[in-house]
Amino acid sequence: MQRTTNVFISGVGGQGILLASEILSDVALAHGLDVKKSEVHGMAQRGGSVVSHVRFGEKVYSPVIAEREADLLVSFEKMEALRWIHYIAPEGTVVVNDQEIVPSGMERYPEDIDEGLSKRAPNAHIIDALALANEAGNARAVNTVMLGAFSNYLEFTEEDWKKAIEARVPPKTVDINLKAFALGRAAGAR
Amino acid sequence: MRVLLSGNEAVARGCYEHGVKVATAYPGTPSTEILENVVRYKDDIYCQWSPNEKVAFEVAMGAAFGGVRTIVAMKHVGLNVAADPLMTSTSVGGDGGFVIVTGDDPGMHSSQNEQDNRYYAKFAKIPLVEPSDSQEVIDYVGAAFEISERFGTPVLFRLTTRLCHAKTPVELGKRTEVERKEYEKDTTLRVVIPAHARRLHVKVEKRLEEIRKFAETSPLNRVEEGDPAVGVISSGIAYQYARDAFPDATFLKLGLSFPFPTELARKFCARFDTVYIVEENEPFIEEHLRYAGITNIVGKEKVPLCGELNQSIVARSFGGGDEPDRAAVAPRPPVLCPGCPHRSTFFTLNHLGIGSTSDIGCYTLGVMPPLEGIDTTICMGASIGNALGFEKAIGRDFAKKMVAVIGDSTFVHSGMTGLADVAYNKGATTVIIVDNSITAMTGHQHHPGTGMTLMGEPTTKLDYIALAESMGVKDARRVDAFDMEAVKTAIKEATDNPEASLVVMEGPCALMVRKTWTQPYSVDTENCTGCGVCLRLGCPAISRDEDGKAVINPLFCVGEICGMCAQVCPAKCISVPVEISA
Repeated sequence: MQRTTNVFISGVGGQGILLASEILSDVALAHGLDVKKSEVHGMAQRGGSVVSHVRFGEKVYSPVIAEREADLLVSFEKMEALRWIHYIAPEGTVVVNDQEIVPSGMERYPEDIDEGLSKRAPNAHIIDALALANEAGNARAVNTVMLGAFSNYLEFTEEDWKKAIEARVPPKTVDINLKAFALGRAAGAR
Repeated sequence: MRVLLSGNEAVARGCYEHGVKVATAYPGTPSTEILENVVRYKDDIYCQWSPNEKVAFEVAMGAAFGGVRTIVAMKHVGLNVAADPLMTSTSVGGDGGFVIVTGDDPGMHSSQNEQDNRYYAKFAKIPLVEPSDSQEVIDYVGAAFEISERFGTPVLFRLTTRLCHAKTPVELGKRTEVERKEYEKDTTLRVVIPAHARRLHVKVEKRLEEIRKFAETSPLNRVEEGDPAVGVISSGIAYQYARDAFPDATFLKLGLSFPFPTELARKFCARFDTVYIVEENEPFIEEHLRYAGITNIVGKEKVPLCGELNQSIVARSFGGGDEPDRAAVAPRPPVLCPGCPHRSTFFTLNHLGIGSTSDIGCYTLGVMPPLEGIDTTICMGASIGNALGFEKAIGRDFAKKMVAVIGDSTFVHSGMTGLADVAYNKGATTVIIVDNSITAMTGHQHHPGTGMTLMGEPTTKLDYIALAESMGVKDARRVDAFDMEAVKTAIKEATDNPEASLVVMEGPCALMVRKTWTQPYSVDTENCTGCGVCLRLGCPAISRDEDGKAVINPLFCVGEICGMCAQVCPAKCISVPVEISA
């Protein structure tokens, strides 16, 4: 039996994490795989830490990923990568957006995040997704940049991704999102 | 067609496919999206938001009396509000099929307690159906209606947060229409005077035994063969975790877990030395097994009772693996959004040294630093009664130091009776309705104060001022929540008034008016003294730079629709840059 692939996505409420995991799930479903995707709505969306679990394979039971079993840990924000780093599997891949978002209640961003990340995930792929999103034409396209970046580490074709993006994002933003995806895919290449 | 649906979307789809005609609810995480998706089928299903779960339940019960398949949906604590009609509706029984959906919240992702509503099925003596993924949700909605109609009973349909919000594949089916049953007056059935109720109780006990026999062989309760040496009993989402933790075991998976299929479970347990019971929160299944004298089981002595489970926790409970090594990272709690109208109320209360009894909604986030404007939050509507109680215990003057803060939707839900109590019992309480004209926390649902129905039709709009005045609260006023000076004046005057008072702080939820967002504010760094007053607003857009000066994140700031920071800045150095044309 084909083993289950686990993709763990984290970030801050409002960064578009749910759309990214939605598109990933669509791609996996289109391949005829069993897919489960889990996140929590409500209180968690108000600028808090947000995570989404996506699992796909021949048969998936739990909708959440077990700790130390994420094949891919993607974080849209640096602190949020470190917060959930215990989910990564020993041979797993980490893709992180270089962006820093100061948690409310703190006046400054904590200083030890880079150090912590380089200790826990020395081979992490660091992407400046905000700069690439701006280059694509909209700062809010950080999520599709990240999608492009981590798409390099999954066995789906570029065409699969493009189709899923076109079907999900608002029609007016298709071009910006496809550009953001392409920039992310180039920046995140192995 | 195969698509991904969340558990909530699947309930809506199940309602559509299985001929439901009426659906009611009050929004509450994790159950909100059920009705938000039922409305997609509004040509076939009438649906409505009710002011609270009790009314939603009673409307649904009336619709079932009227002979059509009906559902009512709510979060777990909502069923407490609806517990009065629940406990008696169950002896009255269904005419049209009647399914009650409860969204429990293990782990309390968005709730004030972790109550396990499976006990409501036992308490109210009605069948309990527990699906474990979205396909089962669709199928079991149909099964639940069949059980409801066959045995003449409401059915409790239990989801949990992970099930509600996880998307899993389903096959979409067609709608099957179910004919309305003709209503016939029968007071012995529907008028529960004691003489009738005594007979109905006997009937309920008999019915329960019949359903138990049905549950013993129902396909909703199934054995999945595996390793003949390892037996596991589970239900709901816990079954999925147990499946991952014990990939090769033999399972008894319960989908109709009350009335408990005792003989099926006894036969299953007899096959193993030890049977593992995996359930989230309370030992509901385990208690039934122990009551039946089945003792070769291991459950809550190993599996945690508090909090949400997952496959790692289940595996660790039975000795598999150790705790992972977590990195120490500062918490990132949810906060009031940039541009939130509630911010001015808590900033001002904090500034004036006034505390608040508060309530359930986004504004509960006013408890977080730096706003820290809340003393108590218990349940929907509790703020007003709590404030009056403080005053009665400590003295009338205490009302100057402790106000009630409640949202518009929560006020309509269960604050109106509290306000009547303040007026009737001559309280000095100040009640502040933070009115963003929507049920915001759950994702923007309409209510009787917004002027719009779930079906998308304009309707009457509750007038809080006229309501308060009719109750005898003479000092009732509206204030623009974005006018910091007006907010301060209103709170001062209302708390100084020795009589009861109402202040309605009006301002739309920032997320509802995205189209009106403007250029972000920015700080004139040269003139910023770094005093930190703006930071006390707790706006996620504001932080300090390396030199200790305030800095505004342009990606977060909503611009001139808010402007609270510019108003409170003593150095007047926060403004929206004016574009000078060439």
